[in-house]
Amino acid sequence: MKTDVVVIGAGAVGCAIARELSKYELDITVVDKNEDVGGDASKSNSAIIHTGYDASPGTLESELVVAANPMYDEIARDLDVQFERIGAILPAITDEQLEQLPAIKDKAMRNRVYDVEYLTREDVLRMEPEINPEVRAALYIPRESIIDPFVLVQAYAENAFANGVHFLLSTKVTDIRTGDGHIQSVITTGGEIETKWVINAAALFCDEIAGMVGKRCYDVVPRRGQFYILDKNTSCKVKHIVLPIPTKVTKGRLMSPTVHGNMLIGPTAEDLDDKTATETTAEGLKSIRVDVEKLVPRVNWRDAIIQFSGLRPNRVPEGLHVDTYEDLKGYINLSGVRSTGLTLSAAMGKYVAHLMVSLGMNAPFKKNFIGTRKGITRFADLSVEQKAALIEEQPLYGNIVCRCETVTEQEILEAIHRPLGARSVDAVKRRVRPGTGRCQAGFCTPKVIEILARELNVPASEIMKNEKGSYYVVGDMR
Amino acid sequence: MEKIVICTVCPIGCNITVREENDELVITGNQCKRGLTYATNEYLHPVRILTTTVKVHGGDQVLVPVRSAEPLPKELLFSAMDLIRDLTVDAPIHRGDVLINNILDTGIDIVATGEIKC
Amino acid sequence: MQRITCDVLVIGAGPAGLAASIAAKQEGAEKVLIVERDESIGGILQQCIHPGFGLSYFKEELTGPEYYARFADKTLELGVEVLLNTMVLDITDEDVVCISAKDGLSIIKAGSIVLAMGCRERTRHQLTIPGSRPSGVFTAGTAQRLMNRENAMIGRRVVILGSGDIGMIMARRMTLEGAKVIAVVELNDYLAGLTRNKVQCLDDFEIPLLMKHTITDIKGRKRIESVTVCEVDANNIPIPETAVEYPCDTLLLSVGLIPENELTHKAEIDISPITNGPVVNQYMQTSREDVFACGNVVHVNDLVDNVSLESERAGQYAAKYALGKLKKREDVIQAQPGRNVRYICPQQIVNAEDGGEINLYFRVAGPEEKVRILVKTGDKVIVQKKALRVNPGEMEHMRFDAREITSPDLTVEVMKEAI
Repeated sequence: MKTDVVVIGAGAVGCAIARELSKYELDITVVDKNEDVGGDASKSNSAIIHTGYDASPGTLESELVVAANPMYDEIARDLDVQFERIGAILPAITDEQLEQLPAIKDKAMRNRVYDVEYLTREDVLRMEPEINPEVRAALYIPRESIIDPFVLVQAYAENAFANGVHFLLSTKVTDIRTGDGHIQSVITTGGEIETKWVINAAALFCDEIAGMVGKRCYDVVPRRGQFYILDKNTSCKVKHIVLPIPTKVTKGRLMSPTVHGNMLIGPTAEDLDDKTATETTAEGLKSIRVDVEKLVPRVNWRDAIIQFSGLRPNRVPEGLHVDTYEDLKGYINLSGVRSTGLTLSAAMGKYVAHLMVSLGMNAPFKKNFIGTRKGITRFADLSVEQKAALIEEQPLYGNIVCRCETVTEQEILEAIHRPLGARSVDAVKRRVRPGTGRCQAGFCTPKVIEILARELNVPASEIMKNEKGSYYVVGDMR
Repeated sequence: MEKIVICTVCPIGCNITVREENDELVITGNQCKRGLTYATNEYLHPVRILTTTVKVHGGDQVLVPVRSAEPLPKELLFSAMDLIRDLTVDAPIHRGDVLINNILDTGIDIVATGEIKC
Repeated sequence: MQRITCDVLVIGAGPAGLAASIAAKQEGAEKVLIVERDESIGGILQQCIHPGFGLSYFKEELTGPEYYARFADKTLELGVEVLLNTMVLDITDEDVVCISAKDGLSIIKAGSIVLAMGCRERTRHQLTIPGSRPSGVFTAGTAQRLMNRENAMIGRRVVILGSGDIGMIMARRMTLEGAKVIAVVELNDYLAGLTRNKVQCLDDFEIPLLMKHTITDIKGRKRIESVTVCEVDANNIPIPETAVEYPCDTLLLSVGLIPENELTHKAEIDISPITNGPVVNQYMQTSREDVFACGNVVHVNDLVDNVSLESERAGQYAAKYALGKLKKREDVIQAQPGRNVRYICPQQIVNAEDGGEINLYFRVAGPEEKVRILVKTGDKVIVQKKALRVNPGEMEHMRFDAREITSPDLTVEVMKEAI
């Protein structure tokens, strides 16, 4: 196999880079060990598009996050991703916290996030009645926003695919060959790929990839974040992202609506050594409950519909780095892409493309670049008239598979049959949401397995939850 | 010999002791007559209704639910399952159809409890 | 888009919906329509292939499919119409919106509505069981559907959390199919389900029942590999020193059922925080006077026989309402749970002076022996009975005439008998 650019990692950053580079006449191949695009950290996070108000001023991370935030109105429109600029509120509950507000605002100004405002106690309680009534004052950060993180990455990837990018999934990079101070090829479990460029966007595993070319000068320490998601009908909801004031020890736990109307609460921050340790723990979940009740006292934990955790790829030593090497041409190493990775992906695509041009990449722009991507129609969000018309056109919109989220069979078929389509139950869930409601797939699992098996023409025992080995069904009973 | 039988006749669930003394059963702990009959039967020859499914060929469903028409001796449940598991029947099937006649020479039939159309 | 008109619209063709539709028809409603989202009628009983149904209603022991068939036959005989593969999306003040692949979107205008959507299962996340999120963790009902309707064997080494009836029944079902059920784990010191199921599903197969135990961890990145089981203390807090890890490839959860009230919420009907179902009066009428409810959507029952009786009442009064024969409700009396009573259903009695049989169903809060159950109004005891044993897993009921309610209050209490 031969290509111009290998991007390692199909998370938000890898897919955003692939999409940006697909504007050029380049042959691009994205390689990922997982069975679906979406990465690891990119699919389990707080689903927030940050402004960068609290970044370390003057760093590359600050630069990229601050630059990325305004790009999302266009990305959401062009790539058909649910995105809402709901704004964040940072309430000061104690006197000590009140004293911290000016420094936070000052830092925002130094990060050029100029639209941060003070809110009085009355303002806060009017805007967000569920906040602890003891609140003294708050900061308001209007451009902090929420997004569907699954669909964002899928949209980058699908649009890249539409522009000719190849995706090799369930494919692990095992080695990288170099010679004459240049990248030669990438060895994968699916064969060797000759290439001029390698972009290491492997996030949690970027240290191991860097090690393959002798450039491992840092380690990735997975930092686990556990979260709760509450039912859409929960009794206590917020309309803004409610952020805690960070302490010296922790950035704290937030409460935020999701674009689908659930409440998302978390995360913890636990440094681990195992890069696959995506468990939740009793202690971690308890600490979330204790912390968030200080901000929003009436949170109803009985309405929890799921707890999950994700691993942020924390770099030691810290800091976001995009490195190129005099002695290894064609290799670009990204490291320290952590909790702001989802946000800065849009800017990172542009940054890396520009970097490649400055390093001599001279491929011309594609004349026929496709800039937009149409998502899967969300039946549940339509009006009665639109629903009626849609079923008339395609009767399978009349078959509800997931009752909690009102997901139709037609949406599931589209999730399976579109480019880079879903092959597993979780991949279907991340595209069109069956199983994300309060019954947590109790009702729809048998149906989704049946549809996947039918459409992929395999027995039910070959349908996985996600990766190989995560089967639901042992075999036919009779 | 002595055996404790938990009565399932009513929700009280008496713990009934059945003891054999000089070829006679001594039953204690029951609170009603029905419990007496239940404990005697449960001690002498416990029986259970067996329910499971049978594979269907050419029907609108792949399985038809079945039951033993009468309770089977408890010790025969697994042997009966072995016979039922290997059976395939052709649609259509009507509720009450006998799918296995006189299973294990018990005089009891395995009958369909569901309807299967072609 | 099609528009349909009917006298009584029943949502759900499970045991509740079937019984309600029959009663509505018998009461004189001309056009009774059932909307059912499944491809066939019978609801959950289609997968309940086990026996134990009908002992009180039909005085014989039937399996689930046999039980619903008796109602299904009657439904068709009486000319009740059924729309299959049809999902109700919304109940508005004006009408009911539903969709199907065959008929597209329909708007139904009904004289009255009967909610009979049944219930759903509690999940591991509602219990906040920590650990990884592998495949192989099923609610017992989902497992039952996969095995009994979809011909899918789901695992070989099984642990079951919760001693609910479906969990115990699945323990027997999986054992008969050759799986090894390692244990049934129950947090409380009493059984959640019926004693007969413990005897016939667990004891018969020597399946251990671990009372006062719970699962504190789930391991396995792909398929589940093990669970950690801990004993709990008097406050149901796990005792870490007692932890035992059980290797398994399947975990079934039978940890409770919750009324399915998505539509009840949309219709803005009052919901009881205890039953999680709509608040109803003795006619099974909800806070919206044209909407009635019955079966597990109101409160979770342990016997389908009770569901049938309660649903006939709902169907009968829904028909009366649609025909304009139901008197406006007045003088609402709230039935109050007294000592050791968790909830009562119906929660309200209206027009008591008109009389009529009242059947109050209730559950106790905790197990107790040698008790006296009393229904009181003011200082008067309307009816009372002795019980040797009461258990939260087994629903109780008290029957009396509405005219007995002579004060504007009604209480059910369970008192310890003096020895």
